[in-house]
Amino acid sequence: FTKRRLDDETLEELHDLLVTADLGVPAATRITEALAKDKFDKEISDVEVREALASEVAMSLTPLEQSLTIDREKKPHILLMVGVNGAGKTTTIGKLARKFADEGLSVMLAAGDTFRAAAIEQLLVWGERTGAPVVTKEIGADAAGLAYDAVKRAQESGTDVLMIDTAGRLQNKRELMDELAKIVRVIKKLDATAPHNVVLTLDATVGQNALSQAEAFQEIAGVTGLVMTKLDGTARGGVLVALADKFSLPIHFIGVGEGVEDLQEFRADAFARALSGAAEELNH
Amino acid sequence: MFESLSDRLSSIFEGLRGRGALEEKDVTEALREVRVALLEADVALPVAKDFISKVKERAVGAEVLRSVTPGQQVVKIVHDALVDMLGGDADPSLSFATTPPAAIMMVGLQGSGKTTSTAKIALRLQKRDKKRVLMASLDTRRPAAQEQLAILGEQAEVKTLPIIAGQTPRDIAKRAMEAGKLGGFDVVMLDTAGRLSIDEQLMAEVADIHKTTNPVETLLVVDALTGQDAVTTAEKFKERLNITGVVMTRIDGDARGGAALSMRAVTGAPIKFVGVGEKIDALDTFEPERMAGRILGM
Ligand SMILES: Nc1nc2c(ncn2[C@@H]2O[C@H](COP(=O)(O)OP(=O)(O)OP(=O)(O)O)[C@@H](O)[C@H]2O)c(=O)[nH]1
Ligand SMILES: Nc1nc2c(ncn2[C@@H]2O[C@H](COP(=O)(O)OP(=O)(O)OP(=O)(O)O)[C@@H](O)[C@H]2O)c(=O)[nH]1
Ligand SMILES: [K+]
Ligand SMILES: [Mg+2]
Ligand SMILES: [Mg+2]
Repeated sequence: FTKRRLDDETLEELHDLLVTADLGVPAATRITEALAKDKFDKEISDVEVREALASEVAMSLTPLEQSLTIDREKKPHILLMVGVNGAGKTTTIGKLARKFADEGLSVMLAAGDTFRAAAIEQLLVWGERTGAPVVTKEIGADAAGLAYDAVKRAQESGTDVLMIDTAGRLQNKRELMDELAKIVRVIKKLDATAPHNVVLTLDATVGQNALSQAEAFQEIAGVTGLVMTKLDGTARGGVLVALADKFSLPIHFIGVGEGVEDLQEFRADAFARALSGAAEELNH
Repeated sequence: MFESLSDRLSSIFEGLRGRGALEEKDVTEALREVRVALLEADVALPVAKDFISKVKERAVGAEVLRSVTPGQQVVKIVHDALVDMLGGDADPSLSFATTPPAAIMMVGLQGSGKTTSTAKIALRLQKRDKKRVLMASLDTRRPAAQEQLAILGEQAEVKTLPIIAGQTPRDIAKRAMEAGKLGGFDVVMLDTAGRLSIDEQLMAEVADIHKTTNPVETLLVVDALTGQDAVTTAEKFKERLNITGVVMTRIDGDARGGAALSMRAVTGAPIKFVGVGEKIDALDTFEPERMAGRILGM
């Protein structure tokens, strides 16, 4: 191993590494300063540097490593999926449908994206793949009305889990965010405790705008947890650290592909190691 | 909470006033702030670094300190350099220099906005430029992807290639070019499946289709919300395909959009269009001035 001193120059390199992983400057600075407090001017190997960095990142994410638990008493337990366009909401619902079905739960899906071309057809395919019935209305129908119908049907059939897909929306669009608030209100009319989970889907390639997304969706829809998709690509999703600093939202799952099985529980340790490149170095 | 770049710079220059010509170390300090601003806007780090060193040359020796508002003066230098780099002297119009039909191929990561942008561009070419346009979806992977383009075609009143189940993307591409020729179309728009830049098999597939159809334009579709990964995506797609332009989608969001600079810097290709909404007419040409202001938070 090549040893080197953890000096200012090395710290700057690490800071840069974190910035290129999308932590953003404030979170990258916080993490490198924490590292410096412990180890500044000590001789450590490259691998140790990466390990130390990973452990700093893991420290802030470990408390957020929380699985999504379905309340079996609720019939249905209602999960509302929200997020910006193209983040992976519909696909994640498909993957979750398989997971819940495998756990012996009955699952129903609601095609709440009544806007985008073939969004309904897309969810129908996922319903077929996973054996879950899909509640639909025609394109252009009122999304809140569809959600209402779906909750009713799930209640009447005693379904364990209802997952409601929604159209992608950018958080700065007032009208679309109002529509989302209305969906939540309408669900509450049928079950005041619902939605039991409001999951914000984030694409791993997203940069600092994720902070504004989390803030707006939390305010409007009461986000209860996160899923990060597309971590099978080159993006490392470091904005989760910046999000952790600000919002402390639980992180439930990561998406690692387009297939029905490509969903994993979020593991802070593994995520942090991948982010810092520690895993990579050790494999060499 | 958000302090604008010119405010931050003003406070730096406050202490330097009256000292005469600006020294290199003063510029360096100011540019550190500029660097942070660029990173906050999601400009990729290597691109930001490169940009800073270019701006430094311009700023040293410029009459910054003697100006009444040195902070704004530096912002102006930075802004102008950004506009240059974003726009350059590149021609943002599409090329049709081939025997018709001219193929236009859309590529990019999953969910970036390829299918929607395909329909938007097709509509624009048909309506504004009076081109006869045929669209084809080569996406046999994403559920209902071909139906999505077919529905968009109906909405835009642009012809789409009939769907034949079971064909490979390469088969569909060939059939599209053939139908384009036989039908007397000027343009054939090829929408492809989303793919990761490190997915060797899918990158080889798209390179193969590129070779087969020899498009006049290969447009890389990128989400304006993209962070640091913009650089990797641009590099890897450029390695495999001759990217002739960039389409930046979701500019209607509130992201600062630093990915535009990264894309431009890495691919060298102009940003030909921006997506400004979900509807099929929500497409604009790219304005470097506005983008520069946005990246700097002005
Ligand atoms: N590689 C990879 N692709 C993914 C993942 N999750 C989703 N995708 C792909 O990303 C694209 C968009 O996914 P969707 O599920 O349609 O996203 P959405 O958020 O529902 O999109 P809209 O409804 O249009 O807002 C599709 O091509 C998916 O196959 C993932 O974890 N990894
Ligand atoms: N707000 C906004 N949404 C957009 C824009 N362009 C595309 N979208 C939305 O982004 C989502 C994904 O768009 P698609 O065109 O399906 O993306 P794609 O790249 O074809 O996705 P895959 O084929 O799954 O890789 C959809 O919800 C679109 O409506 C835009 O400029 N602004
Ligand atoms: K239940
Ligand atoms: Mg969807
Ligand atoms: Mg598509």
